[in-house]
Amino acid sequence: MIALLTFCSILPMFFILFFITSKGISVINWRFLTHLPKPVGEIGGGISNAIIGTFMLIGIATAFSVPVGILAGIFLSEHRKGTLAFLVRLCVETLQGTPSIVIGIIAYIWLVVSVGSFSAFSGGLALGLMMLPVIIPATEETLKLIPESLKEASLALGVSYPRTILRVILPAGASGIVAGVLLSIARVAGETAPLLFTAFGSPFMNLNVLKPINSLPLMIFNYAKSPYPDWHTLAWGASFILIVLVLGLNLFTKVVTRRWKVQF
Amino acid sequence: MNHSRAEVLVLEAKTETMRWRKPALSESSFRKILSIAGVFILLLLLAIFFSLVIASFPAIRNFGIRFLFTSTWDPVRSEFGAFPFVVGTLATSFLALVISVVFSLPISIFLGEYSAQGTAATFIKSMIELLAGVPSVIYGFCGLFLLAPVVRTLEVSLGVAPYGVGIFTASLVLSIMIIPYSASIGREVISLVPSDLKEAALSLGATRFEVIRKVILPYARSGIVAGILLSLGRALGETMAVTMVIGNSNFIPKSIFSPANTLASIIANEFTEATGSLYLAGLIELGLVLFIVTTVINLMGKWIIRRMGVEG
Repeated sequence: MIALLTFCSILPMFFILFFITSKGISVINWRFLTHLPKPVGEIGGGISNAIIGTFMLIGIATAFSVPVGILAGIFLSEHRKGTLAFLVRLCVETLQGTPSIVIGIIAYIWLVVSVGSFSAFSGGLALGLMMLPVIIPATEETLKLIPESLKEASLALGVSYPRTILRVILPAGASGIVAGVLLSIARVAGETAPLLFTAFGSPFMNLNVLKPINSLPLMIFNYAKSPYPDWHTLAWGASFILIVLVLGLNLFTKVVTRRWKVQF
Repeated sequence: MNHSRAEVLVLEAKTETMRWRKPALSESSFRKILSIAGVFILLLLLAIFFSLVIASFPAIRNFGIRFLFTSTWDPVRSEFGAFPFVVGTLATSFLALVISVVFSLPISIFLGEYSAQGTAATFIKSMIELLAGVPSVIYGFCGLFLLAPVVRTLEVSLGVAPYGVGIFTASLVLSIMIIPYSASIGREVISLVPSDLKEAALSLGATRFEVIRKVILPYARSGIVAGILLSLGRALGETMAVTMVIGNSNFIPKSIFSPANTLASIIANEFTEATGSLYLAGLIELGLVLFIVTTVINLMGKWIIRRMGVEG
């Protein structure tokens, strides 16, 4: 009985993978990957702008969240107790549970209203906010595993405290931190809700960070809502690319970090 | 990573120190930078909360607490009440929870008690983890094109209006999405049940099922509840999948098959079309409500888990 129910609950995963693959893979060809979307009524067209847009958004998000996240992670691992550390941990947990649509509203209030238009930059900030609560705990937990003796050895040799942290402790925990960053990218690469009113979507190729930009999940959402069967076909293709990207990143991180596993 | 790698790191740092006698960064200023990063996170969260409050202030001032209990949502006449969306959110989330517990509890027991190791367990575990990794827009897309037709057939045979989309479809999609969250925590707390308790029960002649029902489940109860709370937090805030399959109706749903809207889906649908500051403020206030509710539920779940000594 228990085994049966367990088996049933992994069926949806098979269904999703099966249908996305069977409907999506036939759509994908060179044109699909390298051309821009066509206007309504014209058959064909590609998703090149959405692919570029996804990577741009991830780039902006990473540039913002990795330095802040790693510094905050070091702070937490260096301060195991104390009021500020407690409050910061509480904030990270709260941020982790914050619905993605609320993050979208925040980026809208902060960057879209003040700048006056939807932009790739605001979308990147929204995604960056969602990466923080993955990167910070990953950094903190990794650095906590590094034995105190390593730090003491470095300090005893006269290496200054900042250099001990940056040149000894941080490289020693690099694998865990990189894994955290990769997982956080996998988490936000498929996010749509925070982009609805920040990056907004666009049918054109755009490389300007202050202009609206398209991304794969946004494109899937807009095409799925549309009444045109041709766009639905494109959405299956885009879904296949997205799911390969996200699940691939997840698997990659898992396999690679198992090999890098820190052992002291 | 092994000892020699660690030694190399330390020695390299030592060599650098010898080469440049004066450190580039003094200890106190480095500690200050770290503290600033911490304070930044704190301020970030305060800023999020207060930005939401300030941006929704016109709506808060205009409608007060009535906002949550008024059932008209009429942008044309500038009348905004969140009650239909509160009902829609609660209905989809609780229905989804009930459906998902039927599956996540057996998974927890299976992985935590029956076969904690082995190929089958590893396979199921990684499948469930992948389930958590699938983007929500893909759940919504599959729900709309694969699940909705099935539900429509069901509705025709039940004799209710065959929308295909609605609370029931949204709950089904949501229940699949939240299985990984409650299952992973459930597995951990169940594997923490001391084996002498189980062995004692077995030695007194209890069957395996009795051990699960009388020993394991009571012992792991609060952890399982915490897992359910955390998945409830997920379900309440889930946006894209729900938006695509709930049918988007701004009225109080009459049955579990009728189309509705949740707090998150109404924001996703109407935010970019909101004209007028009161309309926008009303939508942002919905976001504020969502933020507060999910935060309280999440912190409660995390607190229970920490008290049990499990790494969530």
